[in-house]
Amino acid sequence: MQMVLKQIERLGEYVLWHINELGGLALFLICAIRGIFRRPFRFAAFLNEIRFIGVNSFVVIFFTAAFTGMVLGVQGYYTLSQFGSEGLLGSAVALSLIRELGPVLTALMVTGRAGSAMCAELGIMRITQQVDALECMAIDPYRFLITPKFLATIVAVPLLTLIFDVVGIFGGYFSGVILLGVNPGAFFSGMEQSVANQDINLGIIKSFYFGLIIVWICAGKGFLLYRARVGFGSGSVSRVTTRAVVLSSITVLIWDYLITALLL
Amino acid sequence: MIEPIIQFVDVHKSFEGANGTVQKVLRGVNFSIKPGMTTVVGGASGQGKSVTIKLILGLMKPDSGQILVEGKDVTVMSTSELNEIRSSFGVVFQGVAPFDSMTVFENVALPLREKTKLPKQEIRKRVMESIEQFGLKGHEDKFPAQLSGGMLKRVGLARALQLEPKIMLFDEPTTGLDPARSLEIYRLFYKIQKERGYTALIVSHDIPKIFNLADQIVVMHEGMAKIFSSSEEIQWSNDPVIQDFVQMTMGHIYQSKSENE
Repeated sequence: MQMVLKQIERLGEYVLWHINELGGLALFLICAIRGIFRRPFRFAAFLNEIRFIGVNSFVVIFFTAAFTGMVLGVQGYYTLSQFGSEGLLGSAVALSLIRELGPVLTALMVTGRAGSAMCAELGIMRITQQVDALECMAIDPYRFLITPKFLATIVAVPLLTLIFDVVGIFGGYFSGVILLGVNPGAFFSGMEQSVANQDINLGIIKSFYFGLIIVWICAGKGFLLYRARVGFGSGSVSRVTTRAVVLSSITVLIWDYLITALLL
Repeated sequence: MIEPIIQFVDVHKSFEGANGTVQKVLRGVNFSIKPGMTTVVGGASGQGKSVTIKLILGLMKPDSGQILVEGKDVTVMSTSELNEIRSSFGVVFQGVAPFDSMTVFENVALPLREKTKLPKQEIRKRVMESIEQFGLKGHEDKFPAQLSGGMLKRVGLARALQLEPKIMLFDEPTTGLDPARSLEIYRLFYKIQKERGYTALIVSHDIPKIFNLADQIVVMHEGMAKIFSSSEEIQWSNDPVIQDFVQMTMGHIYQSKSENE
């Protein structure tokens, strides 16, 4: 009996802790959005974050996109050629990139590259009392630290996604048309006929949400390090960063399914 | 009768320990600080010295009791009220808490850039002046990680003083510094206090050295605060706890002297 009670108690504590964690993240989101409207706006810091999250992610995004597009070209070619419809390769590559792979892979790459860095930076600022120091100077840490990252991520991720799409399509062109000999006219005209504005909009809306998810979870987890039960010191930063990257990636994939099901 | 600028009224605070144990750190602490005075809060490690600073700043809430700053209770304030009160504080944390991705110049300039509307040139002028005053000239483009412990403390002090605070809170100002550097920090602190007349609260276990600075000494022990007006009063105290404390902090010096002889 005692054992059972103990287990129930533990379960209750576990659930309460997660609800508490979720509440913390919800409050974080509210404060972060409020921080956007607080003045003075730190434009230089915002540009700096755009450079870090956006410009510096370009190489990673470029290579991921190029090779994803090339693989799609090869795979698509072999599948489609069985039905003698290689001409559809252009639209197959473009649609899968614009609707799904572009937004999702961009989000995952940004999570790994910038989300982890964001989480670790804020976590270290928290454990070294830099956040406390800001509060003591009556400087709103949300406006000062979070707002630039927040805006930069939701601006940069959709733009990176568009770059991903374009580079990926040319990757598919390279493997499909140049290496495997699909007709280039068919490749592009098929794309023009099958890709509608709605598809591009869907991709952009998705990537906007993904940007929000990345910055919310990664920045939130790091900033609220003291709430997470991850121990103390540098170990806590590494653990919370791992958690943030995993949670953010999974949330992106789940949200991708939900939003696709809702909007299609 | 001068009104106290900071007042602790029957403050209790406990923390949850590792395996569900509750550690009572403050058990009814009472003391007050008058404007312009220097108060040193001393005591062994883990007696809740640093907690007093966090409580004053509203970074932590007590379990019960009141903490009055200029007559207003910080324990029941909203964030905006707290921010207003915090504007009159200058704080130097135990580890200084420099913004480590900013240079010394940017660290010192931050309060002016964020809290005032001064033009750029004016900020530059003021910051360079205080960088020079604190002996940091030539280091303004360095990052905190490139500085020595003593220099870092001076950066913290310079940053905290930018907005000319009425109250300075100083947490363990000399931890990790050699005796010469500690003395230098105390002298600097004392000199600037003479110039500007702020109220100071210094938390330190470095009691003997700091005695000369203090108008009032609060010794924390087992959750209670014992108040003394001078170092002599502490040294002649009959209280066994205080005698222990004096022996611990000063006895060491005498011992090494006798060892030398």
